[in-house]
Amino acid sequence: MSTALEPPAPIAPDRPSPPINRIAPARGWIPLGLRQLWDYRELLYFLAWRDISVRYKQTVLGAAWAIIQPLFAMVVFTLFFGRLARVPSDGVPYPVFSYCALLPWTFFATALTTSSNSLVGSSNLITKIYFPRLLIPLASVVPGLVDFAIAFVVLIGMMLWYGIAPTLDVVWLPCFLLLALVTALAVGLWLSALNVEYRDIRYTLTFLVQLWMFASPVVYPTSMVPERWRALYGLNPMTGVIEGFRWALLGTGTAPGLFTAVSVAVTLLLLVSGAYYFKRMERSFADIV
Amino acid sequence: MSDAAISVRGLGKRYRIGARVGQYKRLTETVTDLFAAPFRRLARIGRAAPAEETIWALRDVSFDVEPGEVIGVIGRNGAGKSTLLKVLSRITEPTAGEALIRGRVGSLLEVGTGFHPELTGRENIFLNGAILGMRKKEIERKFDEILDFAEIEKFVDTPVKRYSSGMYVRLAFAVAAHLETDILFVDEVLAVGDAQFQKKCLGKMGTISTQGRTVVLVSHNLASIRALSNRCLLLNQGRVEEFGDTGRVVTRYSQMLGGLSRPDPSDLEPYRRSPVGDAPVRFVSIAVRSATGAAVDFPMASDITIVMEIDAARSLREITIAIAIKNADGLRVALLFTGDSGRKIELPAGRSIVETTIKRAPMAPGLYSIDAGLNRSTRDVAYDVILDLPLFEISNPPGRDSSVGEWLDRPWGVVHLDNVEWQILPKPDAR
Repeated sequence: MSTALEPPAPIAPDRPSPPINRIAPARGWIPLGLRQLWDYRELLYFLAWRDISVRYKQTVLGAAWAIIQPLFAMVVFTLFFGRLARVPSDGVPYPVFSYCALLPWTFFATALTTSSNSLVGSSNLITKIYFPRLLIPLASVVPGLVDFAIAFVVLIGMMLWYGIAPTLDVVWLPCFLLLALVTALAVGLWLSALNVEYRDIRYTLTFLVQLWMFASPVVYPTSMVPERWRALYGLNPMTGVIEGFRWALLGTGTAPGLFTAVSVAVTLLLLVSGAYYFKRMERSFADIV
Repeated sequence: MSDAAISVRGLGKRYRIGARVGQYKRLTETVTDLFAAPFRRLARIGRAAPAEETIWALRDVSFDVEPGEVIGVIGRNGAGKSTLLKVLSRITEPTAGEALIRGRVGSLLEVGTGFHPELTGRENIFLNGAILGMRKKEIERKFDEILDFAEIEKFVDTPVKRYSSGMYVRLAFAVAAHLETDILFVDEVLAVGDAQFQKKCLGKMGTISTQGRTVVLVSHNLASIRALSNRCLLLNQGRVEEFGDTGRVVTRYSQMLGGLSRPDPSDLEPYRRSPVGDAPVRFVSIAVRSATGAAVDFPMASDITIVMEIDAARSLREITIAIAIKNADGLRVALLFTGDSGRKIELPAGRSIVETTIKRAPMAPGLYSIDAGLNRSTRDVAYDVILDLPLFEISNPPGRDSSVGEWLDRPWGVVHLDNVEWQILPKPDAR
């Protein structure tokens, strides 16, 4: 038992000094706060996990949806573009040719749409609690990966059926998937922030995704695009992604080169500018969302 | 440099009016505005410039909170209490001034932020904990404690959409209550759950405040502010009216409320807290009158009639109207149910007037507000809820011929019992 005469116990010396936060109106360029983003990585995981688990709890078909979407698109494209319009397919059967592109494309389109709507959809969080807002669009691009993985199994089946063996280049595949993810995130950062203030972004989005698909080599090969336009065509990062997928899996098209480099550069530019734009708009999110 | 836990200097927050009332800009409008604006400016020449459409929700707010202190924040609706918490917890950015905060910050502006109805209790504990800023390990360590506090062990793997509203709220508060940060911002969350759970929450808040943590607590409940906080910040129209000893500030606030008259008695919107979006029935106006006509100021022990205009979208049977009468301390003096009179209220479609008269109202002098609810009789659905509506004042005017005595400024207590008999009897063994 301690007595009143004993000196008070010293404060534990190993206790880290508390963080000091300064709250004041921000001016000029706002730092991205990557360090803080890292501190909150567990929340990123929980938000992504929530989206995944809710998605599979709420839908009857659950995992089947992940397959149905690209599979039906593949069937339709094969009929109209492959059979009727006789679009060339770089020497591989048209179904595999288009499905191989639909995989990253479906992932990209879903990730882009969900991330663009993510802030508006999280208004209950934004107005009630603080955490780095960048986590919201960031977490929303992740769940699509599960669908991608499921749909990928179908591709493996198709390749077996048609007897197409992937080359060693397949090890590069994750890089192209990452490029698709980062592209969706980069554009998603721009659109989600814009969406908070301008609600008609939501309606523009469907249209944008549709146009973008035809500006990407999903239903046709890049070889159809005239040589002198190729570099310009590469400005669309999804061209690099889809070309990369076909090259890595089916061994068609061109090896990543100038094309991919342009795609990566464009994506990084969009990502960095998107992140800064997002931070700039972030401070008013809670007031207008 | 002081070592205050929270140090606020000249903090201000300006809102654009209109930006807050759900008017989102459209990109197309902004583009057309770009072209139309010069012409509009032309048209406006010669006319007075429009008044600036902004309001300062907070203006020039400065105060310090010492580590381990519990500070209450009070003020009328719209005084800036919630805005202050939102700025301090970094949800929204201030327009002016600065605040320095030393320590890990947690904020509870709402219970159950981010709860997802499809997820189970267990899953929501982790999700909500992470949103509040807890680490996964921390949540795992406290998991059993949280379950125990919420009293939902049996339902931990049931989706929370199947929970009763009571269970839901208990779970939500339990997660929040186990947040271990140096500084905690709390907004009104005590006003949840049934009375017993509220008591438990209050107890938990009391424990938190003795653990040497700094707490800033916004509440309308002056009794809990008194119980928990040593110092109190009174806000009025975004500015600090007074900051200091809780007893003194609360008294000041009560006086301020005494001079309060609502500009428009039919405007219930600032007080409405309806849980159901498109309820079939809602209050249109709530007012009081005396036996002789409209009034807001009543002598002690007089009849007070509460007049409620109610709009029903369809005819409804079995509606229960609940009215809680609260004094200036936020203490619930009485709770009235329509069912108490043995009558069932049936409402035809359209507007109806419901009146309830408190005969010889036994309340002590002071300002009274009410909470009013329109409930389905099954007691699980509140169609419309009005909270903290200032409604009437009871006074004891001097020179009045009444049964309540002459001593004007006597400390009345909560109610005045005027049906009391005093007798003087001779001592039995005195003869």
